Amino acid sequence: MSYQTILYSISNNILTITLNRPEVFNAVNEQMKKELFDAFKQAEKDSSVRCIVLRGAGEKAFCAGQDLKEYQEMKSSMKKMLEEGYNPLIKQIRSIEKPIIGMINGVAAGAGFSFALACDLRIMSDKAKLIQAFVRIGLVADSGSHWFLPRIVGMAKAFEYAATGKDIDAIEAEKAGLVNKVVPQHELEKETYILAEQLARGATKAIGIIKRTLNKSLTLSLDELLMYEAMMQEVASHTSDHKEGVNAFLEKRPPKFEGK
Amino acid sequence: MAYETLIMTKQEGFALIQINRPQALNALNSRVLEELYEALFEVDHDDTMYCSIITGNEKAFAAGADIKEMAEKTDKQMERDNQFAPFDHLRKIKKPIIAAVNGFALGGGCELVMACDIIIASETAKFGQPEINLGVIPGMGGTQRLTRAVGKYRAMELILTGEMFSADDAMKWGLVNKVVPAEFLLEEAKTLAKKIATKAPIAAQAVKEMINKSFNMTLDEALEAERKKFNSLFATEDQKEGMKAFIEKRKPVWKGK
Repeated sequence: MSYQTILYSISNNILTITLNRPEVFNAVNEQMKKELFDAFKQAEKDSSVRCIVLRGAGEKAFCAGQDLKEYQEMKSSMKKMLEEGYNPLIKQIRSIEKPIIGMINGVAAGAGFSFALACDLRIMSDKAKLIQAFVRIGLVADSGSHWFLPRIVGMAKAFEYAATGKDIDAIEAEKAGLVNKVVPQHELEKETYILAEQLARGATKAIGIIKRTLNKSLTLSLDELLMYEAMMQEVASHTSDHKEGVNAFLEKRPPKFEGK
Repeated sequence: MAYETLIMTKQEGFALIQINRPQALNALNSRVLEELYEALFEVDHDDTMYCSIITGNEKAFAAGADIKEMAEKTDKQMERDNQFAPFDHLRKIKKPIIAAVNGFALGGGCELVMACDIIIASETAKFGQPEINLGVIPGMGGTQRLTRAVGKYRAMELILTGEMFSADDAMKWGLVNKVVPAEFLLEEAKTLAKKIATKAPIAAQAVKEMINKSFNMTLDEALEAERKKFNSLFATEDQKEGMKAFIEKRKPVWKGK
């Protein structure tokens, strides 16, 4: 599939997916949803992809959410749009067993904010803003924000953000724990790719299993998690990266992981 | 015995039977059903074997019956050919069967699962009775066993819509005993099989017989039958050994007679 609304490029085992409609603040349209779904599917299958960076094109926006003009023209059912377009994407981002970094290079509003929250890590530019914009047009948060927000910031802050639709600047985002790190705008790419590089050189299978187990932990009791963890550790222990890790440690040298 | 459509390996006290028709997603044609019965019959007659595990291969447990085999037949031919007969014979198998469901168990595949005695599923297993989409109904027990497992209302919904359901849902609705990560399905099934293999074999077969009977009798009749069965076991050496060992505070040693 050749992409019209996103960019897909792999370098050094790092896949960068760029939401590429900068003229409309990278708003999401039907085409983009299809392309993103395909892109994530490819990324999951491609063993050369060991870390994913999700970003917006240009300096102004990460993603402004649903393209409202298209939405008006389509007159589609909201439920259908979410069930067929956004929800599968959120599920993909959460389930792909590879680390996904949201590089928040500009405003992340509405579903754009949800996409950012779905990522495993977030690095934010000091000039960017996060906005639960839905309520500003009489809608409610979607694409998972109701699920992610209270788990990150607690009920009171989650309600405040979703019900007021206020701009959340980088300082507040960092304080609230919504992002892992805030960096000056001009250093955002550098910082993001240092982290991506580190993750891409890591024990990819183990990282994927950590993601899987953390996902599960939210709905398990301690007893159940302990059992699950033990099984997952068994799986991790059979990877060649584990053997390499132990050898490197004993030989007092840095490990060379292959993601296998 | 060498089988064409399945691989049977005998392990410590149990047999592992893997359906092996990968090119057809393990579709259950007459050959598979015949061989399944033969393999289980073999286990029933092998005193070193106490139970079996049935499982699939990486892609599927069993994705249905062989549609091409029956698509053109008339109702008279279906009656005459009675191609599901080997499947019916599975009801005669005396030793416990564990279904280790690793992938798609659809239509006849789901019915094969339900013909087993204990069901362990992988997190990624998918179940379903989609026969309605082919203009027919489940013909190997689906309308009966699914209903007994999950209740009338859930069974109606699943078989009328023909939709697939997940292992977690199957568990929630009472169809499946346990859901485990895919990587641990066989290990879990083997642990269970080994456990059953350490129990008094005649008693184990009596358990299977009595639980299966309970669906066909009134409670009064069933309680009587259970009591009769219970009493009959006092003619076995294993009962004497089991109770003696308990009294002597030691582990019993079973002889299977």
